[in-house]
Amino acid sequence: MTPLPYWLILSSILFAIGLAGCLVRRNAIMVLIGIELMLNAANLNFIAFWRYGSGAEAAHGIMFVLFAIAIAAAETAVGLALVIALYRLRRTVQVDEADALKADDKPR
Amino acid sequence: MNPVFFILAVVTLAGALGAVALRNMVHCALCLAVTFIGIAALFLHQGAQFAGLVQVLVYVGAVAVLIVFAILLTRSGDARKGVAVFSRSWKTGLLTAAATLATLVAAIVNSPGLLREAPRAPELSVRQIGLDLMSQWLLPLEILGLLLTATMIGAVILAMPEKPSGEPAPGPEKGARP
Repeated sequence: MTPLPYWLILSSILFAIGLAGCLVRRNAIMVLIGIELMLNAANLNFIAFWRYGSGAEAAHGIMFVLFAIAIAAAETAVGLALVIALYRLRRTVQVDEADALKADDKPR
Repeated sequence: MNPVFFILAVVTLAGALGAVALRNMVHCALCLAVTFIGIAALFLHQGAQFAGLVQVLVYVGAVAVLIVFAILLTRSGDARKGVAVFSRSWKTGLLTAAATLATLVAAIVNSPGLLREAPRAPELSVRQIGLDLMSQWLLPLEILGLLLTATMIGAVILAMPEKPSGEPAPGPEKGARP
């Protein structure tokens, strides 16, 4: 059986990759992909601690992961709807070009 | 180290690297699906069967397809030469991620309490999970259902095309206008 620190280091690397993708890419959809990777790293940690914890009979870790997956799916749906609305307004999804709260300063 | 864990970890991390670093965004979405499948396999390897199956259903089946649709709808898929994929401050972003990783790994390595034996694999049937959801976790489940309904309505309203103000909505009375 793999020791617990290996799982934690794996999820840390996954979290760092997601954070880097979130901070480095220009496209808003890529920022959402980075957020998804970070959420999955957190889920991996939940499962690892559930498996190695003392109260492994209770389903608390699984429940936490299930609720996190559901909320992450809702977050993705709203985020992608925002991206599509931004594209319709500005004809771009690059996050460094969408830096104004009002839409009137640029022609559509 | 277990070879199954090693292979799954390599596949997952390679998919994640491809998902954030590739130039063509359709390729990024496909790499993301590989990462999701790898994480589902890691869940199964840990003995969390139900979570692994939910991971495949929700992430590979819904979220990856939703991201592909968003990429196609916003025309992000055509990677033209000369258009910058990475932001101007990418060095700061990479440095932040590396610092985060170093902090997390240092904290994990310096925690000797984590080196413990795994207990016996728990027997957790889907029936037991369902019973728990319907008894102990009933209120969070209901709140989650409310949240998902609100999210669905909100996403539809956000993505709906905005009509220009002042003009009436197109309808059957359109022919009456001069």
